[in-house]
Amino acid sequence: MRMLGSALLVLVATAVPVVAVPDHPAECRIAENQLDHGAELPNVIKAIKAKQFNILVIGAGSSTLPGADGATKAYPARLQAVLAERLPGVTVNVSTDVKSGRTAPEALATLKSALASKPALVVWQAGTVDAMKSLELDSFNAALDKGVATVQRAGADVILINGQYSPRTESLIALSTYAENMRWVALRRGIPLLDRFNIMKVWAELGTFDFETPTKKLDIAERVHDCIGRLLGDLVVEGSKTVAPPGGGR
Amino acid sequence: MKAERDLRLDLFRGLALWLIFLDHIPSNSMSWITIRNYGFSDATEIFVFISGFTAAFVYGRAMRENGFMVGGVRVMRRAWQIYVAHVFLFAIYLAEIAYISQRFDNPLFTEEMGILDFLKQPDVTIIQALLLKFKPVNMDVLPLYIVLLGTFAPMLWLLLRSPSLALALSGLIYVLMWWFDWNFPAYPGGGWIFNPLAWQLLFVFGAWCALGGARRLDRWVHSWWVLGLAIAYVLFCFAITLTWHIPRLGGYVPQVIGDLIYPIDKTNLDVLRIAHFLSLAVITIWLVPRNAAWLKLPLFRPLILCGQNSLEIFCLGIFLAFAGHFIFTTISNRLGMHILVSVAGVSIMAAMAWFISWYKKIERRGPGARPPAARPGLAGGGA
Repeated sequence: MRMLGSALLVLVATAVPVVAVPDHPAECRIAENQLDHGAELPNVIKAIKAKQFNILVIGAGSSTLPGADGATKAYPARLQAVLAERLPGVTVNVSTDVKSGRTAPEALATLKSALASKPALVVWQAGTVDAMKSLELDSFNAALDKGVATVQRAGADVILINGQYSPRTESLIALSTYAENMRWVALRRGIPLLDRFNIMKVWAELGTFDFETPTKKLDIAERVHDCIGRLLGDLVVEGSKTVAPPGGGR
Repeated sequence: MKAERDLRLDLFRGLALWLIFLDHIPSNSMSWITIRNYGFSDATEIFVFISGFTAAFVYGRAMRENGFMVGGVRVMRRAWQIYVAHVFLFAIYLAEIAYISQRFDNPLFTEEMGILDFLKQPDVTIIQALLLKFKPVNMDVLPLYIVLLGTFAPMLWLLLRSPSLALALSGLIYVLMWWFDWNFPAYPGGGWIFNPLAWQLLFVFGAWCALGGARRLDRWVHSWWVLGLAIAYVLFCFAITLTWHIPRLGGYVPQVIGDLIYPIDKTNLDVLRIAHFLSLAVITIWLVPRNAAWLKLPLFRPLILCGQNSLEIFCLGIFLAFAGHFIFTTISNRLGMHILVSVAGVSIMAAMAWFISWYKKIERRGPGARPPAARPGLAGGGA
């Protein structure tokens, strides 16, 4: 329950310096303390040194966009573009394993075969379909826990992404419950989480993006995915710096 | 036993109803003031505990004076009323989502909108809702309350005869529930968000306190040692919740503690939540003595009135939360509107509570008035 957090953020977001990356479009900016720069990503550091950085994005429907060129505008493709720019000399290759309507346990079932591409980093988006099917939180947690352990055993780092903030369906889907739960899993396993749910919520509260007006056009959707890709890029770049985080890093 | 109603119960139940309303409007910025942001337990614990307390107080007297059957039927009638209220709220909910499904489209939320597919099979969902298996988001408290009251008669019977045995039985159910992972089945999957087999413990504990248990705990509650422990624990919980709001602080929580406490299970009423609620209760009892003069101040009157008409105000609160969310999505979702909707909602709840109390008084005074002793539902303001 991070209501307090987002309420405070609304108040401070205008005053506090934003993430110190100058080239983001203004709309992507969020208050600095909302990005969790705690964890170091050792496998990413190794991959960047070796100049070959493979990333695998595992996700459900909100990790892609509808339409013929949906995949090229969605955040995995944006992540690749951003990292290619920010990591000169490194070959960045983002592959995706995205299937709409897939729960975390279902993603776990095919995880091993997806890892065959030997990624150094797995970005795992979950929490939307799980909430829609009101999966038991215990089995949701267990699936995430197992998945993270499997990825780490295969020699890769993990970043979790939670569900989208979707104001119109809020009274229908308990998205926030599952989003919060992913925070706990991330905390417990000491891995970074891109808190997409609360980031999008701050955007909605600040009026950065309008999620409420009905539209058939893809422009807002594409800009949101672009921002998510950039913020994800921030997490990766920050995690690849070997600086001891506060509290010794977990 | 000369039983005078404890105004603190009404006050804090009224407060819980307000907090539940604020928490139930999705993404309401004003909900940052509610207690769930500062510790492990939230308004639900207060509501369930006080409901157990007043249920025992009101129906216990009915059962003692008029026998098991009369008392039992009265409890069941209350459970039925709550069931009807729940179905009514479900109808409002259906209206809201039917509207959204026709008016809303955004390719960003293609997957989320899939949830509306359930409208395509009303034959299943409506029946599941009537069976209390399908429960929309934030409509989980009433079904819990229905089950707690619907099964309360035998428990109350036992509580009147052997309070300690009844409490022990309730604790045993709680332990077995954790041991065997028991829960009521839900639709489309999983179990109830508020597992009745877990939450009954707090309800029965409240009832136990009402039937003399509170006096037996007096010595403990008023010891400095217990107070110190309670304050320390509440501070600890506050420190932990702070790390949820400010991710960077997460690094300062030692791994051992994180492993030990997470996840804090709301569904099954985690022991850490019970402990937090009890600590708050101990501190409250210290701060607010039973007959504190300020309880009668007009300032607290709206809260007390809401607490005294809890079912009506609870349902109204759920309805207002729907309406508030509707306003957020169709008119404005900015901070100013959040404040406006929250203040207006609480004011409407208070006004309605005043109106209901006023009418009850008129009705009691009216021609052919029955002696209030035979009508505990009114005298006690319901359970």
